[in-house]
Amino acid sequence: MGLLDKKFDNSNIVITSMDNLLNWARLSSMWPVQFGLACCAIEMMATGASHYDLDRFGIFFRATPRQADVMIISGTVTLKMAPRIKLLFDQMSEPRYVISMGSCANCGGPYWEHGYHVLKGVDRVIPVDVYIPGCPPRPEALLEGIMKLQEKIRSESLAKKSA
Amino acid sequence: MTSQEIHEKIKLQFPAAVLESKTEGVVDPFIKIAPEYVADVASFIRDNEELGFDFLMCLSGIDYGKGTLGVIYNIFSMKHRHKLNLKVEVPKDKAEVPSVSLIWNTANWHEREAYDLMGIIFIGHPDPRRILMPYDWEGHPLRKDYKTPEFYQGMKVPY
Amino acid sequence: MAEISEEIIKTSTGTTLRHEEMVINMGPQHPSTHGVLRLEVVVDGEIVIDVIPHIGYLHRCFEKHAESMTNYQQVVPYVDRMDYCAAMNMDFGYVLAVEKLLGIQVPERVEYIRVIMAELQRIASHLIAAGTYGLDIGAFTPFLYMFRERERILDLFEMTCGARLLYNYMWVGGVSHDLPPGFIDKAKDFCQYFRPKIKEYNDLLSYNEIFIKRTANVGILPKDVAISYGISGPVLRGSGVNFDLRRDDPYSIYHKFDWQPEIGKGEVGTVGDCWDRYMVRMREMEQSINIVEQALNQIPEGNIASAIPKRIRPNPGDVYVRTESARGELGFYVISDGSGKPYRIKARSPSFVNLSVIPEISRGGMIADLVAIAGSLDIVLGEVDR
Repeated sequence: MGLLDKKFDNSNIVITSMDNLLNWARLSSMWPVQFGLACCAIEMMATGASHYDLDRFGIFFRATPRQADVMIISGTVTLKMAPRIKLLFDQMSEPRYVISMGSCANCGGPYWEHGYHVLKGVDRVIPVDVYIPGCPPRPEALLEGIMKLQEKIRSESLAKKSA
Repeated sequence: MTSQEIHEKIKLQFPAAVLESKTEGVVDPFIKIAPEYVADVASFIRDNEELGFDFLMCLSGIDYGKGTLGVIYNIFSMKHRHKLNLKVEVPKDKAEVPSVSLIWNTANWHEREAYDLMGIIFIGHPDPRRILMPYDWEGHPLRKDYKTPEFYQGMKVPY
Repeated sequence: MAEISEEIIKTSTGTTLRHEEMVINMGPQHPSTHGVLRLEVVVDGEIVIDVIPHIGYLHRCFEKHAESMTNYQQVVPYVDRMDYCAAMNMDFGYVLAVEKLLGIQVPERVEYIRVIMAELQRIASHLIAAGTYGLDIGAFTPFLYMFRERERILDLFEMTCGARLLYNYMWVGGVSHDLPPGFIDKAKDFCQYFRPKIKEYNDLLSYNEIFIKRTANVGILPKDVAISYGISGPVLRGSGVNFDLRRDDPYSIYHKFDWQPEIGKGEVGTVGDCWDRYMVRMREMEQSINIVEQALNQIPEGNIASAIPKRIRPNPGDVYVRTESARGELGFYVISDGSGKPYRIKARSPSFVNLSVIPEISRGGMIADLVAIAGSLDIVLGEVDR
């Protein structure tokens, strides 16, 4: 707190806009649903574990959608699973964000042509904020995707919803 | 025991069941039996002291094209360390094979899968439901003439 | 069924209480189902009366893709994605099946490279299994430790073929890249680094009193039930059956190395309980390190691409080849009709078969034990559903 202490040693009042304050709070503690689907989930776990350390972004996984802000769709969405994902998304409270991780969640990935049981892109059932390409994306790519989402949240406004 | 001896033994017990037995000129030797004898042959080879086939490695359903479906049993004996490949062929419009899931418990899920993806009905199966596809799915996707549906529960299926 | 609950209620309170069954749904989104497994649990209070697994939430149509590709080589990436925790082992099984169908022999150097990769992958896979198992039981730290070591294995894979998780490394007749310069030294360093770590895990997790209380005498799987259910791999060996395909149905060059399969001995409980299954994996990592070290010392020089066929066109026929993947017996039943693409490939995945025993071993236990049992079977849903 060194810097802040020196800056605000006489008073602790900061003047900012409501938008800035809310956006700052939202983007600094994004809690994703602990919910893995397929191969990408292993990379998501690796991102959360010791080497890549997701906690330094203020991100840690919550086991229930009710306490979560972000949903990372980490893997292939099948037709059997899609209604459940929709249900989970509906259970999350707003503001809620969705990161589509990996080719399968983006567009069906390697299963796009012959996958009779694969949903070709999770955006057919829920809205997606950030798409991360790769099969599977490296942990660095996931971190990049998360930072892109933070950028997006930073530019949001209460008065007018960003597209 | 060699494959030859195993096949001979089955032939001796069920002379009417064995349709074809091949041990040479193929990568894996196999024996083909008439579908109605499957359960009898299976319980015989499991309980026979010399054969002792107690481990079902794999059970696969196959669409041979030409209007026939098939089931292949890859069986192993933990005690004697020998293998047997059992083949069965049934017509597509009457794809019925006796279940072996009470003989080898592992066959339970394998047979459900073969029913789900290939549409082979196993007579006497204790729990004949789909296993991988949703319960309200129509058709059996691994058949060669299968057509992917346009929509499932309002979701578009093709790309 | 009802008999079990009646008895327990009598012994704990002395009187018979009214009880009724309740159905609880666990999954497909649940932190300890290791993916998208759904268990329909019938409980009476805390006692599990029955478990009905529902699978297929990750059914990615592997078998359809296998017969729709234009050649045999193109199937390898899909095989990778079946068991994404142990992709090298999956590749190994598939290419061996196609090679047997073709009747080709690969150069010795390729055999050695494959064994090194498969055993390193087995360690990486067991690290995930043990780490997440600790997580399920309530120990968070071992997970972080194990992922730290796993990253070092992934670094080795990455320097060989450029991928971290899904490699497409083993090809029919060879491998995609030769070992890069410096790989052997780095791998030897890793072996030296990793051996003491196993002791660290044992101190941290395996012999932890709470961990033993949660896993010993829980989910006991007897020998005969295991064989009847077709169980294989560490789960089968945990039940005390000394059976490992690397030794008992040898493939590749495993007969050249000095190692032995590990079996469960019931040290802290009964043979075949969750702790035994877990411990078999921990000890197997040490055996894998032994194999890797021997292979690194013996590996010959040579050309790795000499056996890669220009066109893969096997004669009509069928073959069933099984290998010991990290989870058990991985079988590929391949049928060729003489054309350039497979007519049918059926994958016999170990997790699929191992999972089918879960109702049998969790009946009569507590509902919290269900998590311990599911974790000890070490299933990967990509492979269960294919």
